[in-house]
Amino acid sequence: MEAAYSHPKSLVPVQSKYCPGCGHGIIHRLIAEVIDEMGLQARSIITNPVGCAIWADLYFDFDSVQPAHGRTPAASTGIKRMLPDHLVVCYQGDGDLAAIGTAETIHAANRGEKFTTIFVNNAIYGMTGGQMAPTTLVGQYATTAPYGRDPDVAGMGYPIKVCELLATLQGTKYLARGAVNNPVNVKKTKKYIRTAFEAQMRGEGFTMVEILSQCPTNWKMSPVQSVEWVESSMIPFYPLGEIKNTLQPDPAAAAAVKPAGVR
Amino acid sequence: MTEKTYMAGFGGQGIISLGEMWVFCAMKEGLQVTFFPFYGAEKRGGVARASVIVSEKEIASPLVTRADSVVIMNQDSVPIAEEVCRQGGLILVNSSLVKKDPDRPDARIIRIPCNEIAERIGDVRIANMVMMGALSKATGAIRLENLEPVLKSFFPEKKHALIPMNIAAVEAGKQAV
Amino acid sequence: MSEEIRLMKGDEAIGEAAVRAGCKAYFGYPITPQNELTAYMAKHMLDKGRTFIQAESEVAAINMVYGAASTGARAMTSSSSPGISLKQEGISYLCGADLPCVIVNVARSGPGLGGISPSQGDYFQSTRGGGHGDYHTIVLAPKSVQEAADLTYEAFSISERYRIPVLVLADGLIGQMMEGVVFKDEIDPASLPPEPFAVGHQAETGRPNRHVTSINLVPEELEKQNIVRFERYGQVKKELTRYEEVQVEDADLVLVAYGTAARVCLGALQDARRKGLKVGLFRPITLWPFPDAAIGRLAGKGSRFLSVEMSMGQMVEDVRLAVNGRAPVDFYGRCGGMVPSEEEVLAEIERILGKRS
Repeated sequence: MEAAYSHPKSLVPVQSKYCPGCGHGIIHRLIAEVIDEMGLQARSIITNPVGCAIWADLYFDFDSVQPAHGRTPAASTGIKRMLPDHLVVCYQGDGDLAAIGTAETIHAANRGEKFTTIFVNNAIYGMTGGQMAPTTLVGQYATTAPYGRDPDVAGMGYPIKVCELLATLQGTKYLARGAVNNPVNVKKTKKYIRTAFEAQMRGEGFTMVEILSQCPTNWKMSPVQSVEWVESSMIPFYPLGEIKNTLQPDPAAAAAVKPAGVR
Repeated sequence: MTEKTYMAGFGGQGIISLGEMWVFCAMKEGLQVTFFPFYGAEKRGGVARASVIVSEKEIASPLVTRADSVVIMNQDSVPIAEEVCRQGGLILVNSSLVKKDPDRPDARIIRIPCNEIAERIGDVRIANMVMMGALSKATGAIRLENLEPVLKSFFPEKKHALIPMNIAAVEAGKQAV
Repeated sequence: MSEEIRLMKGDEAIGEAAVRAGCKAYFGYPITPQNELTAYMAKHMLDKGRTFIQAESEVAAINMVYGAASTGARAMTSSSSPGISLKQEGISYLCGADLPCVIVNVARSGPGLGGISPSQGDYFQSTRGGGHGDYHTIVLAPKSVQEAADLTYEAFSISERYRIPVLVLADGLIGQMMEGVVFKDEIDPASLPPEPFAVGHQAETGRPNRHVTSINLVPEELEKQNIVRFERYGQVKKELTRYEEVQVEDADLVLVAYGTAARVCLGALQDARRKGLKVGLFRPITLWPFPDAAIGRLAGKGSRFLSVEMSMGQMVEDVRLAVNGRAPVDFYGRCGGMVPSEEEVLAEIERILGKRS
């Protein structure tokens, strides 16, 4: 009898250090499943960022590179340019991508670097203990926004919609936003990741999947409350779907015109 | 033999290319060379200076602070010659543009009407090559003989047609000393 | 293969040497006085189908080096002093992850934005690690265009041998001046053996996963890693320390200087010798490891020392440590982009030797 569901080969069979209810585990699994399906386990490299996902190298069963905070897209650039036939996954949190690494993100995207960014947006700094992130919602509490994020009075600015920000850049070919708060969104998110990875391997340009993810610990919620909060508070502000898709309309036909390996 | 030369003029007079060509030719004659250019902040018309050393042995400081020879291409640069020329050194003056000689009675001053000679040959822009010929004759540091292959490897191919005129300028400069 | 001598600017000669050394990836950001190097790499790396990126910042450039070096490729970046400050974060990570790479600093005067004229004010930054944590980079200090090319060429293999980033510390004078240079043979990057730490190509080898990282939250383990790295530093000190000595044997006064300042000192030495003054020159070629044992030997023979620098006095501290109180150590320096003249140094020599007698 064929197994319909099992542990992905590209994930090491260990228990993760992530908190109960955290979205990182689901996202790791989705990435691993897609890599397995594409047969790329031995040809993948993940850059694990400073943040909770810094331990990603314990979980993904392939090579990894751990750069400085926010420099993940620059390091991914160096790796992908040297290994253009590998799948390079630039895994980033909201602080890494949209605060300290904003310049690296925008310019890697603008150069059309051919790696895929997996942007985990949980609207909070997780590893350092619940500080305000660039994506923290207005009114949301954080240790550094003790009265809630207040753009006007306390000069905390506004939450950044990264997909929409990057969509104006010509180097970006595929920008999608998913969520992992319920099975329907999880399945859609997996599809986005697959589309992005396939586009990367065809060498189309910069691809990114932003994933709204729950952080019950720092949100000070139960796991159930946290997935509900994604639905009630995050998704209305960060709309789901393919924000930008200028990929070749029919990859098969495009591949026929431009054989793999010829650039 | 070590010849330390300081070259000065205004931007556009070919000071930088004079210095570069001087050390290039010296290098082809088997000497050690160093060339350090100074520019004004302006892209055109500012000061242009070059610190140039050719030697049979290892060159010490690349900056000429006590010149064996000084090349002065315009009037404004005369104070530089007064300051940088060593005791009893040599000052080559472009007399086409310098009307008042440097006040250095100890120095040997040679006046070359570089612009006039260059115009007579065909182009005022090769006044710097006239000066190079004069500098070679006056210092004896480099011979500048059989220049054609040297200039062919210096200039890009599209400028090779100008080589005979440049050689003529160098020869005329030598004869003017 | 003997090659024709070429007249080149230091910046461009460094670029040509890097290309010939098999540099596969160059990342840079414009800053004077090293712009000719970045432009040279743009043209020649792209001509050869290799990677050149004008990065959005020096921070990005050094982290692109980090990524490229992780794959085992020969990777390089260059900048000038303020830009090298920006790279320090990345250099610390490269050292923490034991990745090889080459960093060129065509130094200018500081602090802050400072000026664009040559300076040796980055000695402390270069030799003390420069960024956070316990580490060193190997620091090579050329005195001429030829040596800048030779040391850059060799920097790649030195860096790989020890898995330590190599910093080539030139200055604006060496970057901007033209001298004759003969280049070494061209190395094809494809001919270089794979690195034992490199990520990628798991499919071909089936080897276990590799993780390039500098993080370790277990103090006992991190301490051990640092100790192992410092054992390697010890090996570097034994094997790599380089210097040049000129007429030190009978010298009453040994000038200690590197790079451009050493050229000035050579001229001052020749003038001093003509005047009958017994002056020698000690020129460190590796600033880290610093040739302290060799200086210590000279101190034991009764020489006194004068450290001549284009700074307010940085290397002089290492000279004093090496001399360890056995002889007087004086300092003479110019800074802010000023280069000392041979006459100034000679005057200082006469002052010191006069004072002594």
